[in-house]
This record gives sequence, structure tokens and C-alpha cells, in this order.
Amino acid sequence: MSSMFKSLKDLPRVEYFSAGHRLCQGCPEGIIARLVTKALGPNVIVVTPTGCLEVSTSVYPETAWKVPWIHVAFENAAAVASGVEAGIKALKRKKLGFVDKKVHVVALAGDGGTADIGLQALSGALERMHNFIYVCMDNEAYMNTGIQRSGTTPFKAWTTTTPIGAKWRGKLQPKKDMASIAAAHRTPYVAVASISHPLDFVNKVKKASEVEGPAYVHVQAPCPTGWRFDPSKTVEVARLGVLTGMWILYEVEMGKFRVTVPVPRRKPVRDYLMVQGRFRHLTEEEIAEIQKYVDAEVERVNKLMGYEVIGPVVT
Amino acid sequence: MSHRLVLSTNHAVAYAVKSCDVDVIAAYPITPQTTVVEKLSEFVADGELDAEYIAVESEHTALSVVIGASALGARTFTATSSQGLALMHELLFIASTMRLPVVMSIANRSLNMPLNIHCDYQDMMASRDCGWVQIYVSSAQEAHDTIIQAYRLAERSDILVPVAVCYDGFVLSHTYEPVEIREKEEVLRFLPRFKRPNVLDLERPITMGVMALPDYAYEFKFQLIDALTKVPRALEEVDKNFEEEFGVSYGLYEEYKAQDADILLVTLGAIASTAKIAVDKLREEGVKVGLFRPRLYRPIPVDVWKEKLRSAKILAVVDRAISFGAIGGPLFTDIVSVFANESDRPLMMDFIAGIGGRDVTIKELMDIVRMSGKVLQKGRVEKACIYYGVRGVEYE
Repeated sequence: MSSMFKSLKDLPRVEYFSAGHRLCQGCPEGIIARLVTKALGPNVIVVTPTGCLEVSTSVYPETAWKVPWIHVAFENAAAVASGVEAGIKALKRKKLGFVDKKVHVVALAGDGGTADIGLQALSGALERMHNFIYVCMDNEAYMNTGIQRSGTTPFKAWTTTTPIGAKWRGKLQPKKDMASIAAAHRTPYVAVASISHPLDFVNKVKKASEVEGPAYVHVQAPCPTGWRFDPSKTVEVARLGVLTGMWILYEVEMGKFRVTVPVPRRKPVRDYLMVQGRFRHLTEEEIAEIQKYVDAEVERVNKLMGYEVIGPVVT
Repeated sequence: MSHRLVLSTNHAVAYAVKSCDVDVIAAYPITPQTTVVEKLSEFVADGELDAEYIAVESEHTALSVVIGASALGARTFTATSSQGLALMHELLFIASTMRLPVVMSIANRSLNMPLNIHCDYQDMMASRDCGWVQIYVSSAQEAHDTIIQAYRLAERSDILVPVAVCYDGFVLSHTYEPVEIREKEEVLRFLPRFKRPNVLDLERPITMGVMALPDYAYEFKFQLIDALTKVPRALEEVDKNFEEEFGVSYGLYEEYKAQDADILLVTLGAIASTAKIAVDKLREEGVKVGLFRPRLYRPIPVDVWKEKLRSAKILAVVDRAISFGAIGGPLFTDIVSVFANESDRPLMMDFIAGIGGRDVTIKELMDIVRMSGKVLQKGRVEKACIYYGVRGVEYE
């Protein structure tokens, strides 16, 4: 699309999400909030469910938000966004407000508020085809309450409720595939993004804002606190996710699947896992098991694309 | 010009919502509320009401949608019953402490278990501390008119509190009565549009639904407490303005032959209508009995209740809900608390009846008055709370 950003320099200089928030050092959610609001511009209403971003940006009497922002509860960001969107439509039609304005409604939610407790509300909103953007910032656990397992916690990852013990070796089940769930709703636009590829990310948000109906963007949010890595390495960890094929960047536009960032030569998953304390307990066999999972997923994606868009592991 | 239709209370509510020109409706079906939102969807489908009708996937989402739309400045409506209201529970507190003028109708229904679709007030009573204005009505006409009054009250800049309009499931919700329909033009004269100051606005961005820590949280709550103290006076004003426009008023309460009554039946909603007949029959027998029906239940108009209830010798409260483990039903304990610091007060008894939709007949209400009369003769309440009509329980 012609309106896409060609470089990060095309993003507005103005900040809609201001510094001075209380997110942890190295937290990717600040990066995400900043990029999303820059991509959407000033005519935006942000809905945030209860979670890290909410508690770190709205502590009275301060706020980090320079655009209208609302938090209601944990499990209902998509429902509140539905109401905001419906309200805009009704008020516009009755000439009671927002006349001649294109307003973007965006939900910025964590993985718990999206894939677990908020899944019903999200499913309803996607099915009802509200014109809104839902961004899930996936840090793969309940970080706000102190690193508890969520549906999107990956296989074998340590959390405080998937401890490493005599019987348990971290999370016993694989990660819930939220983007596929969103796509299964015939959502007009679904994308998976990473802060390590910010141009790809902001263009996905931009595209999401231009489709008629709902759009779902799933962005990885490497959490230094919960994943146990140095706060200076957030973007590096995200990049390793992409380069190992553990976090494939793609979009599903009107049902059409496309990998947006090809990875011709993959790094082994070990490179991604071993920089994170939450995977420190893994044995060689367990790493090999995860590698097998990722290889199978890469094969599936390549089949969907019809050619090798994600290449083999090259050490 | 107004016209008259024969409507169920549920449909009377839907017609009122239509006349209020509501912008966003979100609802989920639940018996006995369902026909309210069915009717509203027909109005929207036929182009008679210009609103966004959001058929949501749960009551939790229904109230969430309405909260989002109300935060934007839209006029909103939802309706529910029973489990649906229970599912909304956390959001009830959020809507009131966010000071959103949402209006909701509740066709009251028993709460599980056992599953029961019939009327009692357990659903709303379980949420009575949620900070909403709670009005109990006793006819289809009153429900219709109260919805209109509710918006006027909720949207006042000195109030900004959500309002629940409650009525007995089936007994009222599905009973047809002639209803004078208030037309949109006259309703909008009574209920003008204005821009609320604190909404999601692009020109003046604000942060809504914030986190507040021990240093500020209490003051947030107190602002709602403060607004609620203004509600009785404000509702009287709204009611007076309503009378000027439509020629009918309802007040904060209804009383019937209460002035000289020794025994005063105190009850909400539809039972009060039956109670009037019981009062008439007993009056014929020479029993000095009357009726007091609170209409505004939350906030409690303390001074009004005190003044109106004080002159009786015994209060026979008929509670259509149970407060498990308490000294009596919710209405009873409220009335007891109203007189907590008064030395000059009537004897007080509670009769919990009508649970799970069990009929409360004229004969039973007469029996309740007679039981209260005997206690009055003794001059002493030995057993304050009677679970009236339960199989296998002796009262005397």
C-alpha cells in the first residue's frame, strides 16, 4: 500500500506516549505503545486492560498518555473497544461528535488479557466485526502479578507456577497460537510482529488501521524481568526469536498468508533459549525437542508459502 | 402527542429506551429480561431507533460495551436478570466509580441454585452495595416513566451515577397493562442532549479508569458517596419536572393508608400492589394497617424512611430476597439500620417471602399482618425474621 512507512524516519516526531512511565527497565511495552501510537497518529482512542502497561502508565495523578485512554477491567479490552467503536459510529451518524473524523480504536493488551481471561470478549468482538485494532503484547506469562504461567507461555519455560522440580520441567504444554485463533474468525487482517523489526511492525499496525473491520496484531514482548535477561538485551532477544524461527513474522490479509520477513538462514533455537534464564534448566535433549517443534512449524509455514521462505538451521 | 398501548413491562421499558433516543445498546438474552432487548432490536432493525445494537457474547461484555460507549459520551442502555447481573458484578462497581450515566433495566430473578427463572430480588440485592442508584417499580407505566427519569437523573452533572430500574421478573416483566407512551419529541424536551465534560475526547484527551494507590483511592470512592447523597433530592426534582411535562409523578416512595396505621407493611415492587388489596380487606375488618413501598432503594433516603416509618407501631417488612447468615432480609436490615440510633422507633419484623417466584397472595399478606398484630399485642418481638411459607417450618 502506498501509505506504508518507508523508513522509521517517516514516523511522526511527536510523542503520544510520553517518557516518565513506571515500566521496568528494558520493558518492550513502552516501545510497543510508542510505536503503535506513532503509527496511528493523534486520532486514536486507546483501550488497555488491567496489566503491566495499565498499572505503569496511569498511576493517579500522573499519566503517560497524551491521547484518550481507558482502562476498565482485565478480561474485557475487546468489549470496551467494541463499545467505544460503536459509540463513535452512533455519535457520528447522529452528528453528536467525531464528525468528519476517522478515529482509530486500538486495544493494547497483554497475553493473559488476550489469550486467557480475555479470549471470550476478543472472540466476540472479532466475530461482530467491530472496526478496531487489537494489539496483543505477548510476554508469555502473567508478569504484572509476578511471572505466572499463561496460555501463551512456551513449552518447558520456567514461570513461578511452572517451576522446575522432580516431576515438572517448566510448562508441560505448548504455547497457545493466538494469531491462528484470531485468523480462524475470518478476521480481515491478522499479523505477527516483533520490536526487532520495527518498520515491519508499524506497517502492520498501519495496515491494520486501514482494513474495514477488526485487525489483530500479535507482537512479541520479551520481558527482562520474567524471562531473566539483562534489560539492555530486549531487542536482541526479540531479534533472536525471529532469526531462530521461534517467532515467525507473517500476516494473514483477507485469509491470504504471507511471511513478511524471510529468514534464509536460521540460527539454532539454542541461541534464543540460552540467553534467557527461564530456559536455563533445559538439557540437550530438551533443546533438541524444542528444535524439532520449530523445524516442524517452519516446514508448515514454508508449505503455506509454497517455497522456502524460512531456511534451514545454519550453525 | 402521547398514545396508549397495551404492553408488558419489558416492552414498556423498550419503548421508553426508544423515546430516549439511546445511542448504544448492548445486551445478551436471559429470561425474563429477553423481550426487552428483542423489542429494541426490532426498533433498530425497522429504523425506528437510530442506535448501535450490539448483540454481545455475554452479560459481562454487555456492560463492558456500554461502559466503553458511555465513556465516549454516548447515551447507553443494557438490560439483564439474575445470573447475568451476577456476571456483571465487577463491572457494576466500575461503572459507578467511573461515574458513567448508564441506565439498565433488571427484570429481577432468583439466583442459582436451584436454577429458577422466576422472581425474587436476590440478583440485585446481592449487588446492592455497587454504587448504582436502584429504583424498584410496581407497574409497567412506572417502569416506562422511570427509565426516562433515570436518564435525566443519571446524566445530571451533579450526579453522574448509573441507574438500575428493577421490576419483578414475570410478575411484572411479562404482564400486560395499558401504558401511556411518552413520545420521543416530548421526552427529548425533558431529556436534552448535552456534552459531558469528562469523556474520551480527541480535542481534550483524558486518562480514564486509572490506578490510584492508598494516597488517593479513598477520595475517588468518596466522590461517589458524595454524589449519592445528592440523589434523593435530585430524584425529587427530576420527578417534579417529569410531572410538569407528563402530568404524572412517583416520588421516592409510595404509601397507602399509612397515615394512621399501627401496622405498616413495607415492601418493594409488585408485592406492594397485592398488599394494597390486603390493606383494604383488613381495614374493612377494622385493622389499622397501611403500606409503605420504597421506590428509591439505593441510596437509602434515610430521613424520608425515618419520618414515614416512625409513626407505625410495628413494621411488617416483606423481603423478597435472603441475606444468608444475616439477621433478616436486605430491606429489613436496612430499615433496622435506619433506626439504629433512634430511641423512638417501631417494632420491626421481617417476613421473607416470594422466593424463587413463589406467589405472595392477598391471603398470605393478611396473615402476615395478623401475625404482626399479635406481636404488637405482646409488645415484644421474639423472632424478628420469619421465613414465611417454607415447608416444615412452624412460626407460632
